[in-house]
Amino acid sequence: MMLADGTAQGHFGPMIRLPPPKPEILARRDAILADLRRLLPEDAVIGEAIRLRPYETDGLSAYRQMPLAVTLPRTTEEVAAVLRYCHAHGIRVVPRGAGTSLSGGALPLEDAVVIGLMRMNRILEVNYADRYAVVEAGVTNIGITKAVEGDGFFYAPDPSSQLACMIGGNVMMNSGGAHCLKYGVTANNLLGLTFVTIEGEVVRIGGQHLDAAGYDWLGLITGSEGQLGMVTEVTVRILRSPEGARAMLAAFSSVEVAGQAVDAIIGAGVIPVALEFMDKPCIHACEAFAHAGYPLDAEAMLIIEVEGSVAEQDMLLNRIKKICARFDPISLKLAESAEQSLAIWKGRKGAFGAVGRISPDYLCMDGTIPTGELPHVLKRISEMSAHYGLGVANVFHAGDGNLHPLIMFDANDAESFRKAEAFGADILKLCVEVGGCLTGEHGVGVEKRDLMVAQFTSSELALQRAVKSAFDPGWLLNPAKVFPLEGNEALAA
Amino acid sequence: MSAALDKVTAPDTEEGVAEAVRAALASREPLAVEGRGTKRAMLRPVQAARTLSTRALFGITLYRPTELVISARAGTPVAEIEAALAEKNQKLIAEPPDLRALFGVEEGATLGGVVGANLSGPRRITGGAMRDHVLGIRAVSGEGEVFRSGGRVLKNVTGLDLCKLLTGAHGTLGVLTEVTLKVQPAGEATGTLALRVAGLEEGIAALSAALGSPFGVSGAALLPEGHAPLGLDGPVALVRIEDFAESVTYRLGQLRAALSRFGEVSVLEGAPSRAAWRAVRDAVPLGAQPEEAVWRISVAPSRAPAVSAALREAFPARLLLDWGGGLIWVAGPATADSHAAVMKAAASAGGTFTLFRAPEALSAALPVLPEEPAALASIGQRVKAVLDPAGILNPGRMRAGA
Ligand SMILES: Cc1cc2nc3c(=O)[nH]c(=O)nc-3n(C[C@H](O)[C@H](O)[C@H](O)COP(=O)(O)OP(=O)(O)OC[C@H]3O[C@@H](n4cnc5c(N)ncnc54)[C@H](O)[C@@H]3O)c2cc1C
Ligand SMILES: Cc1cc2nc3c(=O)[nH]c(=O)nc-3n(C[C@H](O)[C@H](O)[C@H](O)COP(=O)(O)OP(=O)(O)OC[C@H]3O[C@@H](n4cnc5c(N)ncnc54)[C@H](O)[C@@H]3O)c2cc1C
Repeated sequence: MMLADGTAQGHFGPMIRLPPPKPEILARRDAILADLRRLLPEDAVIGEAIRLRPYETDGLSAYRQMPLAVTLPRTTEEVAAVLRYCHAHGIRVVPRGAGTSLSGGALPLEDAVVIGLMRMNRILEVNYADRYAVVEAGVTNIGITKAVEGDGFFYAPDPSSQLACMIGGNVMMNSGGAHCLKYGVTANNLLGLTFVTIEGEVVRIGGQHLDAAGYDWLGLITGSEGQLGMVTEVTVRILRSPEGARAMLAAFSSVEVAGQAVDAIIGAGVIPVALEFMDKPCIHACEAFAHAGYPLDAEAMLIIEVEGSVAEQDMLLNRIKKICARFDPISLKLAESAEQSLAIWKGRKGAFGAVGRISPDYLCMDGTIPTGELPHVLKRISEMSAHYGLGVANVFHAGDGNLHPLIMFDANDAESFRKAEAFGADILKLCVEVGGCLTGEHGVGVEKRDLMVAQFTSSELALQRAVKSAFDPGWLLNPAKVFPLEGNEALAA
Repeated sequence: MSAALDKVTAPDTEEGVAEAVRAALASREPLAVEGRGTKRAMLRPVQAARTLSTRALFGITLYRPTELVISARAGTPVAEIEAALAEKNQKLIAEPPDLRALFGVEEGATLGGVVGANLSGPRRITGGAMRDHVLGIRAVSGEGEVFRSGGRVLKNVTGLDLCKLLTGAHGTLGVLTEVTLKVQPAGEATGTLALRVAGLEEGIAALSAALGSPFGVSGAALLPEGHAPLGLDGPVALVRIEDFAESVTYRLGQLRAALSRFGEVSVLEGAPSRAAWRAVRDAVPLGAQPEEAVWRISVAPSRAPAVSAALREAFPARLLLDWGGGLIWVAGPATADSHAAVMKAAASAGGTFTLFRAPEALSAALPVLPEEPAALASIGQRVKAVLDPAGILNPGRMRAGA
């Protein structure tokens, strides 16, 4: 739904400004649908309101907007055909994977054609000798690992949404996961892309080799949130799975002390595969939900995972245990088995769901801070929580400083949502203020678009916009995301 | 190049760099951008009357070992950064080479130079390239404006990643003034298995088996002629582990059992292991002669034996294979014919090549990098026009007329 003033309407009121739709496109809707049906197989074009509804939002469901049409191509050529057509007619497009974006990256526009890649879901090639897999963009993240795990391999980046989210979406968001401290994020695990420009030109970037000669297009496109073109195939690196992995839990009496323990572990040269931090509200929510045996008297808790043979796991866990013991832990629990590891992880993996049970709705924030700033930042967040009268639970990839405060609110109360948004914005500005950034893995999308001015100067934003313009001069690709609308002439009416 | 030496500007502040670029812009005089100019012979000769050097812009500006980040001004010698890291038992993950010997120069590289050239060593195969660890940059555009991208935290997806774009752009899109890198603990111990293999096929198969094992191999190279100074007869495959001492012992043992079917195995520990990898990193076993050309070819590892065979057939090529076979260093006669053979071999294996070092007569006359598809090339020109509209930064460095 679009209100007269150009704001999209959510289920409880207007909230995000979208660029004014192009009236001539809206007026030609039927003709555009007919053209698209000529370009694509009949079942690949959706125009009926009831079938468009599932595409009106993504993982940031507070924002909704029905698109002009949805197309579901099955091949790179079909994607190219739709883009070529939209480019020729000045029609905006919104690429879509699984629609799990937490920043509204896949939110449609009223005058845009959504290009959903969920039907491009084939694994095209697996090569163990050279350790890569070529997959279509609509293959789910877990689908890659499933295809190779029987042979002892895996695809490393593991966002919590991995059952649903697709590799094309992962590339565009440069997604991370719980294990990226050791294995890196999506950008570090790619070899090549099939990329389709807004003009509908198909180009191969990278390949099965490591070194690009020339500009690093692969690096620039990764994390570009659908601003530069579409990705239809991805060549990912696959890795041999470790011999085994085991987790431990360490709980502390204060946030400061837990932070010091993290510093001491890394300072001792130990890089665990995962190093997750939970604060007290989060521990309580997860324990109530998962009965994982978390210590309820702790102010902060770490989940630490190591890999290797059983003897290596013992060696590393004992090193870490000794380090933690210097910080008067309330409890230290080393998993003795894979089952006990799973039990330790169970609460953390269900953290979002657990918070969902104690609060009708929550906003998941995603700033990054220098890890040394953790105590200061958590203190300020708890002050903000009191100020706004909204609860917050913090989970945190402690090794890399990526903070996920979950702000609890009530979506049926417009005032509560407005406060939650303001609270979230304050947290992200704080992240920037202490030397961090607005988003560590969820992307800017529409959600953080207007906060970009807190991190970048206007000339830096102008430069980034100009780089987008070099790929997409007409600003047809996923406009209204990433960059503030203010001062953007390309999107003015 | 000698003309450029006459007029070198080496500002000691970022604002000074910006001023120098603005002055060049005003007078429409192109600039050769360099750190210490150790790689002037690299790629194509720059057509510029003036040189802008960042050598006077040096110093580590931030180092937080527990946060795994270090920032330094672009002209900081890489050796100085490595020394600071070593004090805290940490390392540069991408293991950039020290190419003084290869390029016959005295001075060591600067941070801006290794980032500008995206230079990575053996650890690139599992640890990632230089560009994977550039967390943030400060730079001056061709319009003389200072801009930043990224930051000083490990995870950051805010806005377009211009760090990746400038890393490996050889100073054609901006002058780097400061770089922040992700670093890692150095690993308590290191050890290497040396396998005497029958030939390149067998050697690559052994490296693939090692890299496909669960043992976290951090280096996988193949020396067709061995390396006499270290007593290694060729062809020899090298497999490295860097980790806690217990793990190095255990993993080398497991690998030894798994790899002995490929050839006779010996173990290098500690100093000899480090010496072997320093040699591989710096392409010493290649033994490139001053008058020869040097190329780097990047392919899927299993294509390396065929590429190597094709090159050896075309000219008296000497080879050094790293990254499990994914990187082929080639030395040979600096002729258009050998260059054509390199281009053909790389293209037929679906890979890329770089004419790394060659006499100016050759590098000025030939494409030193593969052609890009037309659609990408025109995007590239538009991106160049955004960052350097007057085309004054390193004109001709990567491609003729660009
Ligand atoms: C419960 C939950 C947990 C999550 N956990 C994590 C986590 O741990 N780590 C993390 O990083 N993220 C996480 N996310 C966020 C989200 O899953 C990721 O951003 C994911 O990569 C999005 O993939 P998708 O297929 O759903 O893409 P979408 O949401 O459909 O799209 C994401 C963006 O990419 C663009 N896009 C998608 N496909 C293409 C394509 N083929 N070509 C061009 N542009 C395209 C879209 O326009 C949009 O801007 C989580 C989300 C949820 C709901
Ligand atoms: C194709 C290729 C050829 C090479 N040829 C040589 C060679 O001939 N001699 C040699 O010693 N090493 C060479 N190297 C290795 C490597 O470049 C050097 O080891 C290292 O970069 C030297 O640092 P420097 O400070 O001397 O860099 P420089 O030689 O001064 O510069 C290296 C590259 O980075 C750019 N650059 C330097 N500083 C900046 C900056 N502040 N901002 C932006 N860009 C910058 C330069 O324009 C140049 O393209 C080559 C590498 C490659 C990839």
